[in-house]
Amino acid sequence: MDLAYYPGCTLKTRAKNFETSALAAMSALGINLVELPRWNCCGTVYSLAEDDLIHHVAAVRNLIRVKEQGKNKVVTLCAFCYNTLKRANLVMKDSPDKRYAINIFMDEEPDYYGEVETAHLLQVLRDDVGWEKIAGRVKHPLKDLKIVGYYGCTLLRPQSVAIDSVERPTILQDLLKALGGTAVDFPFATECCGAFQIVNNRDIITERTAAILGSAAKSGAEALAVSCPLCEYNLRQTQSSTKQPQSGVPVMPALYFTQLMALAFGLDLAVCGFEENSPETRAWLKNKGLIS
Amino acid sequence: MRVELSSKRLRSDFVKKIAELSGQNLYLCYQCGKCSAGCPMGFAMDILPNQIMRLVQLGLEEDIANSKTVWLCASCLTCTVRCPRGVDLSRVMEALRLLTLRKNKNYVEPSKMPPETVADLPQIALVSGFRKLTS
Repeated sequence: MDLAYYPGCTLKTRAKNFETSALAAMSALGINLVELPRWNCCGTVYSLAEDDLIHHVAAVRNLIRVKEQGKNKVVTLCAFCYNTLKRANLVMKDSPDKRYAINIFMDEEPDYYGEVETAHLLQVLRDDVGWEKIAGRVKHPLKDLKIVGYYGCTLLRPQSVAIDSVERPTILQDLLKALGGTAVDFPFATECCGAFQIVNNRDIITERTAAILGSAAKSGAEALAVSCPLCEYNLRQTQSSTKQPQSGVPVMPALYFTQLMALAFGLDLAVCGFEENSPETRAWLKNKGLIS
Repeated sequence: MRVELSSKRLRSDFVKKIAELSGQNLYLCYQCGKCSAGCPMGFAMDILPNQIMRLVQLGLEEDIANSKTVWLCASCLTCTVRCPRGVDLSRVMEALRLLTLRKNKNYVEPSKMPPETVADLPQIALVSGFRKLTS
C-alpha cells in the first residue's frame, strides 16, 4: 500500500533518524510512505489569532500538493507538522469566510475545501495496520525494556485534532506492548517540555525536562518513546545540564517510536541512525544487547 | 494588589481588541484556576494564567505588559482542553503577544542569539520560537 507522506523540515536535517527508521519499519509492514514530490514548511505552529490567515497558507499549500497527487490522506511523522496541517485543514473545512479569503489569496492554486485528511503515523499503525499485525512482524521482542510513551502536546491538543484520549492516551503504550516491550505509565506523559521556549530560555526547559525524566524514572522506566523532534531535542540537549531537583534523577534515553519498531523488527541497524541520539542512549542500547 | 476599576477601562479598546483577536468571550472565565493549576510554565510566571484572564476582563493592560507571563506561555494548550467554561486561553495569550509584536517589537532578538545556539537548534525550534516571540 502506498501512502502520501509529508516529512517537514526537521526530519530532513536534524531528525533524519526519525525518517529513516519510519520508512524502513513501514516498508517491513508492507506500506510505502511516498514523499510528496513538492512540499514546503508547514509553518510549524498553528496561528491562534482570528485575523491571522496568512500563516495558514503554507500548511494549506501542502494539502493542495497532496490533492494534486490524487490522494485524500497524508501521513506525517513530526507531531508539530501533524498539528499544523490538521488544524489548517479544519479552518478550510469549517470556516467558509476564512476559506474564501485564503482561496482568493492563493489565486495561483486551485480552490481547496478541506478534502485532505492528515494522519499521524501512530494512527496509521493503530487504525490501518493494527497492533496484531505489528506484533506478528516482531523478530526481536523488546522484552525486559521498560519504556514510557511520552506524548507531549501536539498529538493530543486541542481536542479537535487529538489522536487519542486527551488526558489518558494509550496509543504509544499499545505500540510498545505490540513490540514486546513493557509499557510503563507515568503522570507526565502529556506534559509540555517547554517547546520553542528553548530559543530563549534553556533553564526553563531544563526544569521541565528534569521533572519529566524524574517522573519517568520514578515510575520505573528506563527510556522514553517520543514522536516529536522538538521534545527529542529538548530532552537530549538538557540532560547533560539537568539540575536534579531530587537526587537520583537519571539520564534517560529518548528514542523515536519508529527506532524501537526497527529494532523489534530486526531491521538493519543503519536505518535507526543511533549516532544522532545521545551517547547515553547508545550506551544503554549496548548495555541491553540491542546494538554492538 | 490595589486595583482601580473604571468603566473607561472596562470598555477600553484593549479589551475589545483582545476579544476580537482571540475570538473568545472573555467574560466566561469565573476564576476557577484550573488553567493555572495545570500550566507547565506556571512555576516561572510572575502572574498566573487565571490572573491574566481577570486583568484582561478589567482592562488592566499595563499590569499584563509589565509581566513576563504571555512570553512564557508555550502554547501547549493544556489550559485550553481543561477549561470548564470553554475559554481557549491559548488564543487570549496569543492575542496579548500580538499586541506587542504587531508594533514591530521583538521579544527575542534573533540577531543577538549566540551563533552556536542558532547552529545547534533544529528548525522546529527556531521557526516556532520566532513565530511566537518575534514580530
